Amino acid sequence: MATELLLAASVQGVIQQLVFGIATGGLYASLALALVLIYRAMETLNFAQGEMATFTTFIAFSLLTYLHLPYFVVFPATVVIAVLGGILVERVIIRPVERAPVITLVLVTLGLFAIFNGLSGLIWGYVVRPFPSPFPTTPVFVGGVGISYQDLGLIGVSTIVLVLIWLLFSRTRIGLMMRAAALYPESSRLLGVRVGWMLALGWGLAAGVGAVSGMMVAPITVLDPNLMQSVLLYAFVAAVLGGIDSPVGAVVGGLAVGVVLALVGTYLPAVQDLRLVFGFLVIILVLLVKPGGLFGHEHVERV
Amino acid sequence: MFGNDRTVARGVVGFLVLLALLAPLAALGKFQTLEFAYVWSFAIAIVGVNLLTGYTGQISLGNSAFMAIGGYTTAIVATRLGWTPIATIPLAAVLATIGGILLGIPALKLRGLYLGLATFALALSTPSVIRHFDELTGGSQGIYISGAAKDPFGLVESGQLTAEQWLYYLSLVLFLLLFLFSRALLMSDVGRSLRSIRDGETVAVANGISLRYYKTLAFAISALFAGVAGSLNAMATSYVGPNSFDATIALALLVGAAIGGLGTQAGPIVGALFTVWSPIYAQQIFKGRPDIVFGVLLIVIMYVMPQGAVGGFYRLLGLRLGLRRSVAAQPASPLGPVTAGGIDEER
Amino acid sequence: MALLELENVVASYGAIEVLHGVSLAVEERSVVAMLGANGAGKTTTLRAISGRVKTYGVIRFDGRAISGLAAEEVARRGIAHVPEGRGTLAQLTVLENLQMGACLRHDRAGIKKDLDLVYEYFPWMPARRSQTAALLSGGEQQMLAIARALMMRPRLLLLDEPSLGLAPNVLRSIFAIIAQLNRDQGVTVLLVEQNARAALRVADQAYVLEVGEIAVSGTGAELAQNESVRRSYLGY
Repeated sequence: MATELLLAASVQGVIQQLVFGIATGGLYASLALALVLIYRAMETLNFAQGEMATFTTFIAFSLLTYLHLPYFVVFPATVVIAVLGGILVERVIIRPVERAPVITLVLVTLGLFAIFNGLSGLIWGYVVRPFPSPFPTTPVFVGGVGISYQDLGLIGVSTIVLVLIWLLFSRTRIGLMMRAAALYPESSRLLGVRVGWMLALGWGLAAGVGAVSGMMVAPITVLDPNLMQSVLLYAFVAAVLGGIDSPVGAVVGGLAVGVVLALVGTYLPAVQDLRLVFGFLVIILVLLVKPGGLFGHEHVERV
Repeated sequence: MFGNDRTVARGVVGFLVLLALLAPLAALGKFQTLEFAYVWSFAIAIVGVNLLTGYTGQISLGNSAFMAIGGYTTAIVATRLGWTPIATIPLAAVLATIGGILLGIPALKLRGLYLGLATFALALSTPSVIRHFDELTGGSQGIYISGAAKDPFGLVESGQLTAEQWLYYLSLVLFLLLFLFSRALLMSDVGRSLRSIRDGETVAVANGISLRYYKTLAFAISALFAGVAGSLNAMATSYVGPNSFDATIALALLVGAAIGGLGTQAGPIVGALFTVWSPIYAQQIFKGRPDIVFGVLLIVIMYVMPQGAVGGFYRLLGLRLGLRRSVAAQPASPLGPVTAGGIDEER
Repeated sequence: MALLELENVVASYGAIEVLHGVSLAVEERSVVAMLGANGAGKTTTLRAISGRVKTYGVIRFDGRAISGLAAEEVARRGIAHVPEGRGTLAQLTVLENLQMGACLRHDRAGIKKDLDLVYEYFPWMPARRSQTAALLSGGEQQMLAIARALMMRPRLLLLDEPSLGLAPNVLRSIFAIIAQLNRDQGVTVLLVEQNARAALRVADQAYVLEVGEIAVSGTGAELAQNESVRRSYLGY
């Protein structure tokens, strides 16, 4: 009898952790997707993706707190602002170095990292603020297991975002144009595609996805300028794991990272600190065994 | 014409060295002397980064981890075993070098951005590793190094030098030694092999260059430099903590190397000056948010002078005087030629 | 006024000048062939028109200057360039390639009509429209490239060496299609070819390019019948 109870409790615990892991995994997957979007367009990683997301989350905060706008207005408004902002950043700051060597681009995105982090601190300060969640914290009972409504909400939002992006790229004309422009810029130009603007759109989309990610992370932890830094790291791990040029990979990678972190966090508390190291080791291992990640293509070295 | 050029260049360098030697005695106050001590120790680290990234083409953000090894070795051995700080430097260098060789093993298979990402993860995870092994490292508290500025000649104790001056000269001398070592290396056949790896691995292999040997060598040497730099830093600060050598340092090293000029020999000095002094100046310009100034500066420099200060200088020189030598001194991009924007499918 | 006019066009790759003052005219609804040996500058001329290489001199399309415009802007004016190498969007499907041709158009009915037309000209396409373009043979990719260009409903079609790497029977059908397109759809074609014989059979006008300059010009029939021209410039 006692063992049965124990078993049930641990099964329940595992399921709860799994759900939590999938929920946070969805967040990592979203940010990883943003990274992959930009990587596919420009073969470079946007180190500032997390900071841009933090910045837009702060904007949402201001809309909520100072303009007293309701959440269901603030959420889409912030996404729109983020998309426009991403387009602006690409056209103004990235465009002059669009064709520069990778290291220049890396340094420019690092510069953006510093700027956005600084701006967040400058405008809103380092006071820790609470950010509301659209989901109640009451548990939902599924098959006798108590699952947090919040977690389900996160999973739902992430799923919607990912499905929308997938639809955009596979079913719409503009998505096709963006894909073609990223893979074959010269040929696309001959078809009249303004490749530069497709790039800008990619940045806008990535920023929008990042904004959603930020607004989902903020209620879980606290809102301060360093909100997204660890999320960014895990998003990197997820992107590399899944394949840095594969959107599907980003999703799978993100979920995997989320679940592993949740399980490790609960059942192996002794190595809690070493989670980041695990991340590093995972990256190294994956890159050694399958450089393209689980779903990506290996980077072909041209002679 | 050639002879004159060289003499002029030698004269300028000689003058600068003299300036560097005399400045703390004559012109600099305590604070500035210490800051310049940091400049020389960072310069050592950046020379290492430059060797690895600028000359061998490996984008590595992992050198902060090796600085940590160096710094913590000095801290632990000086406080627990009572060694004089300066004696810990060789040990720090050796341990850091071993670390570099270990990193070199998986790094062999990684290229470009993937390598950068993997080493970035190393840099990010360093603080948590330090925190975890808290018995050895003092965990989050860190280690205070008393008597860090103790010199074996007793100059500081007898008041002939201030502690800051001692640290300054120690760092400067080590920098000069390591710089000359690096210079000799880069101008030798080894240097040529490293450069050819940067400019195209496939071609290098075709020419019989062992990637494994030279890449590992580059990682090892740059780790050595980082270890020494970390050790000196620890002495200058008299303290090491988990965040003393975190990812921001790793990024600062890369940024410094790029701004000075990757693939140039004088670049690291300019880079170190930038790394140490720009936060201070940025604070003055925009009190409260120096990162914004830093970020803007970084981006502007990438627009205007992506080859860095020294690289840009050489290019200007080449354009002005039509000197073929100067043009040849222009470094290739660390990832080889041309574009990252889009995949050029028409090649 | 011709649809396309080049006046004294000079083009360079960096410091190397490749075209030394080329002048030609392409009348609307005609097929013009540009012939010459390898390296004569034929491809460069097409690139100059479509805005992919640095040029000096005047290039006029439909009366308006287009020299100096970016490649995508030239394409938007109604010039479809099928480059050497075909520019197949390899990882996309056949249908997606065709859709990319029409990506700037908003007239759904017109697009549907053109798609049906393309399927008529290339009857193998409908069955394989979901196939990745990379899996097509050389000839099929060439046809796909032409079809994609047609989906732009261009005023002017620039074809760079359509015969390259094709088997003779495939070659024949492609040229037959080019002729048919010109006849039935009124598409103006500027055709660059090394295979002079095939090209002259369909060309109304022809120019022979030699080392960056026009050496000979005339109607297709004239050049085809002129023995000395054929021997000295065209290799047969």
